[in-house]
Amino acid sequence: MGEGAFLEGYVIPTAIIVAQIVAVMIPILLGVAYLTYAERKVIGAIQLRQGPMTVGPFGLLQPIADALKLLTKETILPAGSNRIVFLMAPMLTFILAIIAWAVIPFDEGWVISDINVGILYLFAISSLGVYGVIMAGWASNSKYPFLGALRSAAQMVSYEVSIGFVMVTVLLCVGSLNLTDIVMAQQTIWFAVPLLPMFVIFFISVLAETNRAPFDLPEGESELVAGFMVEYSSMSFALFFLGEYANMILMSGIATVLFLGGWLPPVDIAPFNWIPGPIWFGLKVAFLLFVFLWVRATFPRYRYDQLMRLGWKVFLPFSLLWVVLTAGVLVAFDWVPA
Amino acid sequence: MVIQALAFYLFAGITVASAVMVVSSRNPVHSVLFLILAFFNSAGLFVLLGAEFLAMILVIVYVGAVAVLFLFVVMMLDVNVAQLRQGFLQYLPIGMLVGIVLLMELALIGGAWVLTPEIEAALGQPIPPVTEVTNTEALGQVIYTHYVYLFQAAGLILLVAMIGAIVLTLRTREGVKRQSISKQNAKQRSEAVTVVKVPTGEGM
Amino acid sequence: MDALLLEYLPILIFLGIAIVMATLMLAASFVLGPSRPDSEKLSAYECGFEAFDDARSKFDVRFYLVAILFIIFDLEVAFLFPWAISLGDIGVFGFWSMVVFLGILTVGFIYEWKKGALEWE
Repeated sequence: MGEGAFLEGYVIPTAIIVAQIVAVMIPILLGVAYLTYAERKVIGAIQLRQGPMTVGPFGLLQPIADALKLLTKETILPAGSNRIVFLMAPMLTFILAIIAWAVIPFDEGWVISDINVGILYLFAISSLGVYGVIMAGWASNSKYPFLGALRSAAQMVSYEVSIGFVMVTVLLCVGSLNLTDIVMAQQTIWFAVPLLPMFVIFFISVLAETNRAPFDLPEGESELVAGFMVEYSSMSFALFFLGEYANMILMSGIATVLFLGGWLPPVDIAPFNWIPGPIWFGLKVAFLLFVFLWVRATFPRYRYDQLMRLGWKVFLPFSLLWVVLTAGVLVAFDWVPA
Repeated sequence: MVIQALAFYLFAGITVASAVMVVSSRNPVHSVLFLILAFFNSAGLFVLLGAEFLAMILVIVYVGAVAVLFLFVVMMLDVNVAQLRQGFLQYLPIGMLVGIVLLMELALIGGAWVLTPEIEAALGQPIPPVTEVTNTEALGQVIYTHYVYLFQAAGLILLVAMIGAIVLTLRTREGVKRQSISKQNAKQRSEAVTVVKVPTGEGM
Repeated sequence: MDALLLEYLPILIFLGIAIVMATLMLAASFVLGPSRPDSEKLSAYECGFEAFDDARSKFDVRFYLVAILFIIFDLEVAFLFPWAISLGDIGVFGFWSMVVFLGILTVGFIYEWKKGALEWE
């Protein structure tokens, strides 16, 4: 093999892939930074405050200032902790929240890796999220993190099941595990309309899965201080923080692909289909993120027994019933996609 | 092809190395974490074989669920490692025996496939080529119809597991207040409050 | 076959980039941040008290139960995935086959509900 063939065969494709990955990662990391800003602004507006206003015009440089502050703080490794696991936990949370984006389609063909089992990949990645929490809680060797991690693990695991059932319901209407196929199946109607109850269950389960209010018991300040993150500082804390917000964006992205027609415009007529697909995708994700923040500003925190009851006794049977019902309707009317 | 070979040696190497670490590491939590790493790399090997569905299910079920339980158990029970180590040699012959039996079985299966290629015709259902149907769909086409009894047997095993887990672990503690929503909603004002007229200066 | 594997290559590269990024960010904080540990700073946080004893204590068996039940339902979901996408090929028989399977597990679910395994206090 000549040098030119090597260049063309390996180096250039790899460079293209790396460029694609960077093109996806930069908007996400920027999105994460400005999501923290948006959160403070939105909640500020809901509570009739201004939110951050000092750093830069309208406080627009606030996220950068926060990042610099965290970067120059001391990383504390608690005395009784297991250091390797202690530092691996935030890295894992961050890595998982980032690599899931590999299969999310932003437009037709705008996807880093268009695998056949895209939805299973996302389900697998989201089921790994629990490790970051358990490892952090155990490695800290401190009581609040330990209790927070336990609660959080049980909570994430409980809502994982209903998320699985919701995904199965969508798959029944698509007949493929590929995410591009899932979006293309929604050309006539977004799945949020016929499967509205499942969309609601999915969104609420996602709130619990990402430990967001009103299900933020693992970090319930009033009793557990900051849950599994108590002993973390500096960049190790920032990685958890980035991971949590990247997860919110990711989950909004998944909800958009599954229920809101991905990059498709609401109606396929003139003024709407002029706007390119990725912008529609971004708008839908931004809307769902706004709902995340809105929910946080509106609802009080759940109690732990209520949370577990909602997951196991309401969502689980209800979503299971809907799976059977959807399949029954599809089979009875012969609507099953080929 | 070179990348494929490199990826194979990467995954296989890490799988074997982490499997060794599972049995040799001193801290049981580290053992479980290495076990997870081994699962992960096995999933990578499955992908290299074209078995995407199995790879993802391996991660979802074994890493996402089973290993969480393992981690719960070893993290919270104070396992005394030094004490366990003392019995290590005692179990060695049995462990070796199980290992040899497994190895022979694997050799038998592999040997049969290599030596007699016509055995493929003996399959209950022909395997459709990967290029035509994805392997998730190929599995779906046989599990629920051709292998329906085995499928239902799997359901029964899961039922037994569920009931067994509850029977073994469930302890109801006495004297704990629980919320009963139906009771709360059924409560009338008349059962809860009585309006009493208190005459001035006399008390109740 | 090769086309299938080529789709997975970007995931591997993505994983590599993510690991490098996370490591760099952590390393940067060690380089840029101060490091002046003392025993008070490094002790476990317990609202200002001295830590009483080892934090890794035994906990309620219910957490194990939740984990076990999760495994079972996760397997159920795993069985549902291939079924959902091949329902068109396996038709009515496949549908009822799955309904029976889910029926068996629903018996277990009703059992655990009645036994109070889903109650928290």
